[in-house]
Amino acid sequence: MSKRLRWMAPVVGAVLVLAACGESEDPRDEPEDPAGEADADDGDQEQVELLIESWRNDDLAVWEDVILPAFHEEHPNIQVTFQPTAPDEYDAALEAKLEGGTAGDLITCRPFDVSLDLFESGHLESLNDLPGIDEYGDVARSAWVTDDNSDIFCVPMASVIHGFIYNAEIFEELGLSEPETEEEFHALLDEIAAHGEYAPLVMGTADQWEAATMGFQNIGPNYWKGEEGRQALIDGEEQLDDEQYVSVFEELATWSEYLPSGYESVTYPDSQNMFTLGQGAIFPAGSWEIGLFREQADFDMGAFPPPPPEGQDTCYISDHTDIGIGMNTATEHPEETRTFLEWVTTAEFADLYANSLPGFFPLSEHEVELEDPLAQEFLDWRDQCEQTIRNSYQILSRGEPNLENELWDLSAQVLNGTIEPQEAAERAQDGLERWYEPHQ
Amino acid sequence: MSHTQTSGSSDGADSGPDSEAVATHAAPAGGAPTPVRQRRRSRFPTHLIVFIGPAFAIYTVFMIYPLLDSMRLSLYGAEAGDQIFVGLDNFLRLLTDDIMSSRFWNAVWNNLLFFAVHFFVQNPIGLLLAALLASSTLRGRTFYRTVIFIPTTLSVVIVGFIWQLILSPLWGFVETPLLGQSSTALLTLSLMSVWQYVGIPMILFYAVLIGIPEELVESARVDGATGWQVFWRIKFPLVLPTVGVVSIITYIANMNAFDLIYTVKGALAGPDFATDIMGTFFFRTFFGFQLQRGSTTMGATVATMMFLLILAGVLLYYFSWHRRVEHYEL
Repeated sequence: MSKRLRWMAPVVGAVLVLAACGESEDPRDEPEDPAGEADADDGDQEQVELLIESWRNDDLAVWEDVILPAFHEEHPNIQVTFQPTAPDEYDAALEAKLEGGTAGDLITCRPFDVSLDLFESGHLESLNDLPGIDEYGDVARSAWVTDDNSDIFCVPMASVIHGFIYNAEIFEELGLSEPETEEEFHALLDEIAAHGEYAPLVMGTADQWEAATMGFQNIGPNYWKGEEGRQALIDGEEQLDDEQYVSVFEELATWSEYLPSGYESVTYPDSQNMFTLGQGAIFPAGSWEIGLFREQADFDMGAFPPPPPEGQDTCYISDHTDIGIGMNTATEHPEETRTFLEWVTTAEFADLYANSLPGFFPLSEHEVELEDPLAQEFLDWRDQCEQTIRNSYQILSRGEPNLENELWDLSAQVLNGTIEPQEAAERAQDGLERWYEPHQ
Repeated sequence: MSHTQTSGSSDGADSGPDSEAVATHAAPAGGAPTPVRQRRRSRFPTHLIVFIGPAFAIYTVFMIYPLLDSMRLSLYGAEAGDQIFVGLDNFLRLLTDDIMSSRFWNAVWNNLLFFAVHFFVQNPIGLLLAALLASSTLRGRTFYRTVIFIPTTLSVVIVGFIWQLILSPLWGFVETPLLGQSSTALLTLSLMSVWQYVGIPMILFYAVLIGIPEELVESARVDGATGWQVFWRIKFPLVLPTVGVVSIITYIANMNAFDLIYTVKGALAGPDFATDIMGTFFFRTFFGFQLQRGSTTMGATVATMMFLLILAGVLLYYFSWHRRVEHYEL
């Protein structure tokens, strides 16, 4: 370098530092002023653009090709774009965007506390007066209402139902039929085990959540009587070490002899693969599996709800509220946003959504016909059984230790045989008593 | 523009052809006008700032400041969205609350085991491999060296995934669920990590071994030393300081480890927290997990404890090993 230019190095450095300190203009901060002003002037015919924030990036194609075109046909002046973020980044990204005022007009809502926090910090609009919001029952609403039930802030969009999916070819080969009671269920599992070629139940405990979600929360509602028990637990009238909860863990513990060998280190994708390869007979499932199983399995499948214990007539299913959609309070187009939400409550939306995403069921009370027989089977249980949601989701996972995490750990350990059912129930109750007032 | 100001001395730009050398070496040279000025210039070596400046600035902004700020954060508590100063309350809770402290000590203990496996398995294997590679009779040395070092460059995600498949009772070669039992999971994970990173001690030991002058070995041979004696009496003492360096690097990396456990066992580090180490414990505390909300302040407390543990380890190493071990000039 020429010595004459030597003086430039520190100067350039200083200039760069100064430049970095300067006020910069982020083009993304720029409100869509031209469009916004034009709207006000030109009235109805002007295009309004709405943006949906979502974590369901798997569903992008369905929204773009099926759902949104149907809406655009009815409301040509509103252009809606579906803009998903990766599921595990969604909550953080959304919060940052809401704080920064750059979030979309429509917000896909996680169930319970995450969305409740957004509502309480003023990011979600109350939807009490939205026409069509009455289409939803109490269970459906429970995930997106305030604790005192006075405000609903998201339109319930979809739920997932728990049950058992089975390989119909294996059932035919072994001459088996769907069990009606828990006793029959055990007899069925014994028979498959005796045959020896297939794993009776396909599940592992390596990822822990399956043990809790597809195990404990799947069969549990039959024991704690669905909503009744769930509410009683929240009110402190029932305890997690009561007989019915111990029984759930006891029933869960009996599963361990039917699981594939080495199930302690079998992961969720392992078990999915094992089932779709036809190596196992019954998959304790959530309805969201339907899409993937349809793609990967080349055999017929059937499903049955968790069979109730002997002598119990009512069956209970976990029909868990999973996805809702709400309105960003900072939207520039509140009217149009409401129009879209109203459309979400219609039978048309329910039908489109449920049929394009088999395994995610609409929560409104419209009658929906599903083309996928397996999904329809799950949906039919709503008429036969009482519905409830996972009992650890509302209110009970707000403290430390976190009940949901505890249930993962304890359910997996019960299946692994490293903790007794009674002890597991007591530990769960102890955890709750540490912080939850109604239980103290 | 006045280059006189920026170059540090008024005559910097005009002092003749070799002024550049003068400036950069800050050494007395001809062509400088007066001795007084020259002495002043040599007392203030501007070039040091230029060389150290960028690294110092970057290090301060991206390492020291965040570290100090995270320590500051650990003294605060969050209430209704506001941060309030709570002194050492977080630390008190972390160490006395029975749930927090049992999880914390469990993580510390697991982490120390994780390190112990690395220390007692990775070092000997690394040394053995290095000694084999350095032997003059080995053929295909470069090939082995490369192959053994390759796993180090792989993504932990790939390593975790491949080993998970190899050890899977369903698709792999092992009947026992090594990764699923609380008695074996942590050991298995540690060995997976050793497998991946054994290339680093190997290459460092190897560098020392091939640096040992041939004359030294030859004269020992002439004096009648066996190969075994040559290794333990001549080569090993020369490698020893490097063992310390490798161990402390491993210690720091292990106490900060997170990725492998997270990839294979998830943030809940099952079964029954048997594979929970500081990194995963921090992750759950700071970011939350599933329905558990994260806490930035409690997370910062855990992070500070991690820092203190690492600091303690490094100090222990420095005073009990580094200053005592003998270094030989070759």
